Amino acid sequence: MCDSCGCGDSDLVPVTVRERILVNNDRAARHNREHFHDQGVAVINLMGSPGSGKTAVLEATARRLSGTASLGVLVGDLATDNDARRVRAAGIVAEAITTGSACHLDADMVHKGLHRLPWRQLDVLFIENVGNLVCPAVYDLGQDANVVALSVTEGEDKPLKYPTMFRKADLVLLTKVDLLPILKDISVARIEENLSMVMPRPAIIAVSATTGEGIDAWVQWLSALREERRAAAVVRAGH
Amino acid sequence: MHEYSIVQSMFDQIEELARERQALSVKRVCVRVGQAAGLDVSLFKTAYDTFRVHTICEDAPMEVDEVPERWSCPNGHGDIQPGRRLACETCGRPARLASGDEIVLERVELEVP
Repeated sequence: MCDSCGCGDSDLVPVTVRERILVNNDRAARHNREHFHDQGVAVINLMGSPGSGKTAVLEATARRLSGTASLGVLVGDLATDNDARRVRAAGIVAEAITTGSACHLDADMVHKGLHRLPWRQLDVLFIENVGNLVCPAVYDLGQDANVVALSVTEGEDKPLKYPTMFRKADLVLLTKVDLLPILKDISVARIEENLSMVMPRPAIIAVSATTGEGIDAWVQWLSALREERRAAAVVRAGH
Repeated sequence: MHEYSIVQSMFDQIEELARERQALSVKRVCVRVGQAAGLDVSLFKTAYDTFRVHTICEDAPMEVDEVPERWSCPNGHGDIQPGRRLACETCGRPARLASGDEIVLERVELEVP
């Protein structure tokens, strides 16, 4: 109310907010992360273009770690649970998160997905994000690491075209390297050079789900993360 | 097109704020968006203008302050220009993103009774 004359007019008040717009997502992601850390489950947010080989990498990982580690996947897709069925066939527990029209997963969708997956018994949980190099980069899900699958067929300049996605990657899996002999114009050195212009700490493992090349190095990377999370959970439980 | 989801999150945030302050309406919205935040500002503005109809932000124009992407050396050797390797030329340390990653609701102007 206008106090000076009592006319009843409303006032305009500027309010400083200075809060991240995704504050609610950040809160949900923190909640997920707390759960994961308590249980010592290593969590990977696996991102990449449609067709970059995310699901094939998971299948190859399942084959290599069969019987030695408990793996689970939450698979985000606009429609169909085809990818969830593929990884289940490879021996991984999987649940699909069908996003409808949403082009990315958010922390709340992951949280709801966890209710359908026996994730507490897992060593590693993969969250296979919707195939997209833009939107998923913006949303924290509560993961320990971002892994981006980039196939050699996508062209050398993908990292420069989608800098935010690659900047946020802890590891880039350069997939389908078995195709390099027939891709005469593609140079792995140039892909690595482009990655170093958008990733301050470039970490790249070249893999082929078809021949198994590089899968050992990838599994070692995963094991290191898994050990780190397990040790941290023991420390947490002691406090 | 996550710009639409981000606009929706912002409406939720502003509606909560307006409720707390018992505001009648919102008259202005000011947002800070970094150039490396992964948000397309023109799409974001279109999404805002499309969806603000019938919300508390219906009469609130949105101002977007774009923050440049800036990388610097963590050892204090100054800025690193984008478009080259993201490492300090002096000490070799990986560059740090000093600004440009933000998507922040900076300020709103509320009409209060």
